[in-house]
This record gives sequence, C-alpha cells and structure tokens, in this order.
Amino acid sequence: MIVTSLKTMEEIRQGTLLTWPSGLNFDSWAVAWGGRGYGAGDTFLKPYFWNSIKMVVPAVFFSTFIGAMTGYVLTKWRFKGDQWVFLFLLFGCFIPFQAILLPMARTLGVLGISNSVIGLVLVHTVYGIPFTTLFFRNYYVSVPTELVKAARIDGAGFFKIFFKILLPISAPIIVVTVIWQFTQIWNDFLFGSTFSFGEAAPIQVALNNMVLSSTSVKEYNVDMASAIIAGVPTLIVYVLAGKYFIRGLTSGAVKG
Amino acid sequence: MKTLKIQELSKNFGTTEVLRKINLEIDEGNFLVLLGPSGCGKSTLLNIIAGLETINEGNVFIDDYNVSKVEPKDRNIAMVFQSYALYPSMNVSENMIFGLKQAKVSKEKIEEQLQKVSKFLQVDALLERKPSQLSGGQRQRVAIGRALVREPRIFLFDEPLSNLDAKLRVEMRREIKKLHQQLKTTVVYVTHDQTEAMSLGTNIAIMNHGVIQQNDTPENIYNKPSNTFVADFIGSPSMNLIKGNLKQSSNQISFVANGSNFEIPINGYDFIEKSNLENKEVFFGIRPEHIFSKKSNEGDFEINLRADLSEYIGHEQIMTFDYENQEVLAKFPSTIKIELSKNTKLFFDLTQISLFDAKTEERI
Repeated sequence: MIVTSLKTMEEIRQGTLLTWPSGLNFDSWAVAWGGRGYGAGDTFLKPYFWNSIKMVVPAVFFSTFIGAMTGYVLTKWRFKGDQWVFLFLLFGCFIPFQAILLPMARTLGVLGISNSVIGLVLVHTVYGIPFTTLFFRNYYVSVPTELVKAARIDGAGFFKIFFKILLPISAPIIVVTVIWQFTQIWNDFLFGSTFSFGEAAPIQVALNNMVLSSTSVKEYNVDMASAIIAGVPTLIVYVLAGKYFIRGLTSGAVKG
Repeated sequence: MKTLKIQELSKNFGTTEVLRKINLEIDEGNFLVLLGPSGCGKSTLLNIIAGLETINEGNVFIDDYNVSKVEPKDRNIAMVFQSYALYPSMNVSENMIFGLKQAKVSKEKIEEQLQKVSKFLQVDALLERKPSQLSGGQRQRVAIGRALVREPRIFLFDEPLSNLDAKLRVEMRREIKKLHQQLKTTVVYVTHDQTEAMSLGTNIAIMNHGVIQQNDTPENIYNKPSNTFVADFIGSPSMNLIKGNLKQSSNQISFVANGSNFEIPINGYDFIEKSNLENKEVFFGIRPEHIFSKKSNEGDFEINLRADLSEYIGHEQIMTFDYENQEVLAKFPSTIKIELSKNTKLFFDLTQISLFDAKTEERI
C-alpha cells in the first residue's frame, strides 16, 4: 500500500505492482489529505479526520470513565439486584449494531443532535458502556474489597476511594479499554454512515465516499494514501498504549 | 462504662441467619478474641463493630454512645485486615497518614504522629517505599501503623496473621502482645487459630453458628468448657469425650462408660446442679494431657486400656487407646515406650475432668 501510494498514476498503469516507485512522490498523500484545491465535488480527508478525532476522544473518554465507575459500583458497593444490572449490561454486549439503528436514530432526532459529531459521541459512548463495564468489573473483582473497607474507616467517601485508591491502580485495564474503544470507534462505519452525512461524517465514511464514488479515473495512489491515513491513528494508539500496557503489567504489583 | 457493648445483635444475609442475639461487653484495656471455625460469623461481627455492615436488630455502643447508625470513620476505631489492605499506589507514609488527612488534622500534628508511630514500629526507614516493595512482616507492621496513628478507642484485627508464614506469625504474635501491653488500648481480635487466641486474649469469645458459646478467660475456656463444642474446639488433640452414665448411691457419685461395668468415682467434681444425677447420660471429658503413664497425684485414678496406635511428633507422642470401643487419646513425652496391642496402666487426673449432659451437650 505504501509503495503504491508513492507511485504516480503512470507507473501504476504499467501494471508492475511490486516494483519500487521511481522516486518519492508524496503528491497523492497531499491530495488525499488536502484535496486538489477546486471547489465542488472534491472530497479529501482533512476535515473528516478532525471530525473523527473530535468524536473518538470524548467517546473513548466518557465510555471508559463511565465503565470504570459502573465496574467500581458493581464490585465494591454491592446493592440488591446488582447481579441483574450486570446481566443486563452484559446482554448489551450481544446486541448487534444493526438492531439499535432505528431506535437510536429516533432518539438522536428527539434530542436534536442527529447528523452531528456530538450525536456520534453519544451513540458510541452508550454502545461502549457494556464492554467497558465488563472490563472494569472483571478487573476490580480481583482487587481486595478490604482496600475499600480500610479506606472507609480512614474516612474516604465514594468518590475519594475511586479516584485516590482504585483509579491509580487501574492503569493496565484503562489501557486495554482505551485500545479496544479507540479501535472500535475509529474503525466504525455503520453508525458513522447512518447517523451522519456530509460535513459531520467521520473519516471512515469519508474514505468510503472518496474511494467508491469518484466519477473520473480511479486514482489508486490517492486511495492507498487515504486508506493509510485512516488507519494510522489506531496504529499509533497501539504502539503508545502498548508500551504503557507492559509498563503497567510489570510495575503494578497490585495485590499484597 | 464499657468501652464496647453489644446488645441483642442479630444479622442475616437474606434468609441465612449469621448472628443470633449476640450480647457482649468489653472493659477498657481488655483484649477480646473472637474465635471460631470459618463461617461462624466472627468476621461479620467485627465488620458490624467497625460499621462496615448494617445491623438487622440490636445495638452497638462504644463508650455508652449508640453507634449503630454511625459511619465507620466517626466511630473512633481502627482496623487491621488479613490482606493488609495497604493502598498500592501510595508509599508507606502516605498510607499511614491517609486517615488523618481525611480527618483534616493539622500538618504538624500529622508529621508528629507519623514520626512517633513509625519509630515505635521500626518502619521509619521504609517511609518512602511502596507496599509492593515490602515483605509480609513489614506490610503487617505498616498496616498496624496506619491503625495506630489515628489513636483509636478500639483496635479491630481481622485475622491479621494468617497470611504470614509460621515463624513470622509467632514473632508478630509476640509483637502484638507487647503492643497491647504498652498501649493498653481495647482490642477486638478475630482468628480461627486457638493458639493465637489463647496466647493473646484476656478474654475469648468462642462462636459457632452465629452464637457465642462461651465468653470467658483463656484459663476457664481451657479448664471449664461450657459445652462439648468448646471442649472439642480448644486443645490439640481435643478433649476425649467418653459416652456413659452416672451412678449415684448414698454418698458416692461415679461414671460408667457404655458397655463397661467399671466405675470411675467422681466425688470431687464440682457440679453446677447436683440433682437428678442417677442414670443420667453424660459425656466424660478428659484432655489427652491429663492422662499419665505414671501416678503423679494422690487422687489419680488407675485404669487398664489397650494401646492401639502411636503417633510420634518429636517432643511428644499421641497414643490412642481403646476403652470399650471408644477411642481415648493421651499425650506422653516421647521417651516413654508403650507396646501396642497390650493393656497398659494409665492414670486419669480426676481433678481436671469435665462432664457434659449427653442430650443438651452443656456442662453439668
């Protein structure tokens, strides 16, 4: 993909797929990112890339945070029927995307945030909570409840225990959750294409529009460059978070 | 004024009764051990005293003040847990002062307390370390330190030594004893280890099935168990309980084991209630360490029993004898040689026996 993206269209047309490009030619990358500079009908990734960032960052943050909170409550502040709450949340993991499209579209319409980045943040947050809760619950189950008891005797309240005691030892599971949620939301196409169009679309939708709806000659080098651009953030998250993941595993030594 | 008073306390989880009408009192400076098999409700009782569990019925008083609905932090107690429960993300000093910080104590006071307690427990060299960099004994010390800095009215210990290896456990046990002697703070201590209970407690409350079976000094628990459960639970090996009947003639009371016609005179026994003794079905309780192979006291009762089994454990041996198809265990120094499958002369120390009603299993 990288090789093809660096070639000019002439080179590609020769059909020598595996040969090296004649020189480093970043034109197709520039076109994929910033367009050709003429007005109507020109689709390029830059605005949609920022759309995706604006969607993915809050959605990952909120879903992870809410998941951590819910996991904390379900394990350390047991209440009557908490098993059922967990069961229903677990059930949420098994609901296929398609099944919630219509009700979700209606909800977004009522809230007045359809076809907007905020709407997508909401959809992804809500859909992510079952997964993040599952992650955090299973992690917190292995943290001794005596920690919470000790903190209660020491006078710490509900939020203080969460922020001062549980969250600082949650690094490994936070990283896992962030990787999972980031990948899910960044690569999502269905919600993006259903709940947004035009200006508000995330990058995967824009990529599709760009590659599949071009009316003139198929520019494979631009397509390749676009696909890579759309894929790079997930790679970056894996590399960065992966490093912290291992660090978290080795330095954690959570239990006594 | 009692430091801690528990009145008619009941607790159930759903339909399971965990504690039934518990009554308990502790005087200032006493060391109460809650002892019992797992699942007897002793940890639940401790959690209730700490305020970590709610109460279904009854009340808890600390210094005559009803704390039944008071938050744990306002009860003036501190607790040491089995898993130490040190906050993993904080270092030793942060761990120890966390409670004081929550209570908004002044910085100077916190610093002073930290210095005092860490010196006292010899953890002052470890203050910058994280719990994961400490050994088991050090963690235990820090956990105790975290409780000490708060200068509580009552210390609660929840099986604090059961995560340590055998040698360290004995060391820490002595240290807790010393600590209590120096500080004279009231302590409630939960354990399932009878040696720990006997050596630490000024009082022991033995629990089973959510009921306190006996609450007494270690000496009385050992010498005068109030029912067969206590008799069986304390001591290793536990007390021999021989089934049989009582015989009463004009001025003579004696015990006859089932299937035997051999009378053991028990005139010296201190009966709680000295009526209706004739033909009463009883358990005759005698501890293995009160059976001797040589006559050592004038009143010792001589009996011939067949030796069936010998267990050698170094400084002593445990012998099993047959008494009309009932097993009787005895503990001898390992220097004494006893031949198996032969009748051996034994001496029962009758001043040390206990008698229990076979039906109610209560001491008579």
